Amino acid sequence: MPSWWWLLIEVLVKVVLVLVPLLTVAALLTWDERKQSALMQDRLGPNRANIGPFTLWGLIHPIADTLKLFFKEDIVPDRADKLLHALAPILALAPSLIVYCVIPFGPAVQIPGIGRPIALQVADLDAGLLFIFAISSLAVFGVALAGWASNNKFSLLGALRASAQMFSYEIVLGLAAVGVIVVFGSVRMSELVARQATPLWGGLPSWGILVQPLGFVLFMVAALAELKRSPFDVPEGESEIVAGFWTEYSGMRWGMFYVAEFVEVSVLSGLLVALFFGGYHIPGVDPGWALTGHTVAIPFTSHGLAIAGWGWGLLMMLAFGLKVIVGDVVLQQIRWTFPRFRYDQVMSLGWKMLLPLALLNVLVTGAIVIR
Amino acid sequence: MQGLADAGWLAGLRLSDLLFYAVALVAVTGALAVAFGRNIVYSAFGLLLALFGVAAIYVFISADLVAVVQLLVYIGGVLVLILFAIMLTSKIGDARRSNLTLALVPGGVIFLLLLGLTVFLSLTTPWGTVAGRGLPTLRDAALEPTSERIGDALLTDFLLPFEIASVVLLAALIGAVIIARKEMRLLTTGGGQGNRP
Repeated sequence: MPSWWWLLIEVLVKVVLVLVPLLTVAALLTWDERKQSALMQDRLGPNRANIGPFTLWGLIHPIADTLKLFFKEDIVPDRADKLLHALAPILALAPSLIVYCVIPFGPAVQIPGIGRPIALQVADLDAGLLFIFAISSLAVFGVALAGWASNNKFSLLGALRASAQMFSYEIVLGLAAVGVIVVFGSVRMSELVARQATPLWGGLPSWGILVQPLGFVLFMVAALAELKRSPFDVPEGESEIVAGFWTEYSGMRWGMFYVAEFVEVSVLSGLLVALFFGGYHIPGVDPGWALTGHTVAIPFTSHGLAIAGWGWGLLMMLAFGLKVIVGDVVLQQIRWTFPRFRYDQVMSLGWKMLLPLALLNVLVTGAIVIR
Repeated sequence: MQGLADAGWLAGLRLSDLLFYAVALVAVTGALAVAFGRNIVYSAFGLLLALFGVAAIYVFISADLVAVVQLLVYIGGVLVLILFAIMLTSKIGDARRSNLTLALVPGGVIFLLLLGLTVFLSLTTPWGTVAGRGLPTLRDAALEPTSERIGDALLTDFLLPFEIASVVLLAALIGAVIIARKEMRLLTTGGGQGNRP
């Protein structure tokens, strides 16, 4: 077979390696969300769906929910714009699935039997971090078109709120990431993660959260706002505008928005892990142990990407997955801990507090790096 | 360069060529939707396709950073603002309100001038020697990292244009604030609550 066939197979395998866990975790997160909310509100949570006598702590509920969504009537409002109404959920879901292709879920590994090293990342783009922002900015279109196409005042209000909120916090998200870019000197995701293995003081690794604490807080808050989940869920605001841009959706189209939300939780958790929590690196393990001593050259830079043994690569993949899931649970917990902001509070927090802080962070980081 | 005259031109098609034509089709379809769409929301959506297709073509000429910036600035920024303006304007879906075009005669003159310029450029550009001057061609560009070199160039050789662009942006920002404030003042003096700045 020609070499590009092998390349195609390699990419497809990696896509499966990313998408299957991503969607499985998204389904499990719907269960986790309901259990966590139950815990916070002193309830039992979902526990009825069963296969025979087994309820598995409610773990069957995601399957039952999906089946129900598929068989529910798909109601499209009479005066809605049919094409855009159908397209909007796809536009909301697709970007969050694409973003994961540049997040490295493991180091470059040497697998026995395969001649060349394999990077555990679908696409190692040169402008990786910028690509993430570019693609995630597309998510606004799904929301905005959903609101507009529904031909419902509440939907439109929700869409306006969502677009304004996502647009505002995208700026903070980007500026918070600039600090990380300046410190690690790259926008390539594989390099950003690899640089976090270099030791800091006292054996601590130079994880993003340690060298960019303010950047981390800003990124986290902006990420929560991008998720449109409580405390930033004014676009849905069920006590004010019914359900915002979701109002006129039902059945599996609604389900796609729902899945998109939980995939986004994992995406932002993965991004937080990759930028601030050392990516796939295992804390306490000297990354030097895992290496085979070879490197893959990164073009136009003076250094290369170290290759790890395949066993270590597997461990590091597990470490990455574990970190992402912990991040997911923390992000979900925030929803059940804080009450909702008012809309004007969301805007003034973004523009009057986070934006100046983000600019200050860039300035101070730049000054320290130059000195 | 083997042209259409070569009988085996179809056999010479590579996967990247097919991808290029697919991407170009997306861009052209989007552009047509912008020009002929009777509903301005569909036009905006066509613009999304057109800009996306152009971004993909940038990738073909090994300009991945430019492609990503195109997505970030034009689709994530400009187009969202356009959609915002559309959604905030009432009854904009009416066919009569959207896509008001110039009259036939000036429109036709502009079209013919642009057509002439495009044809002239495509005939006079020495396509075959572009590669000889060290510039990437569509067929042979390798996907090389560009962001570091562009970043360096922006802050060294092209620092002055870069700074001037930022001054222009600042001026635009201040202008936007002034326009917004003036409307606010008119609203408040028109008999609303007068305690807003």
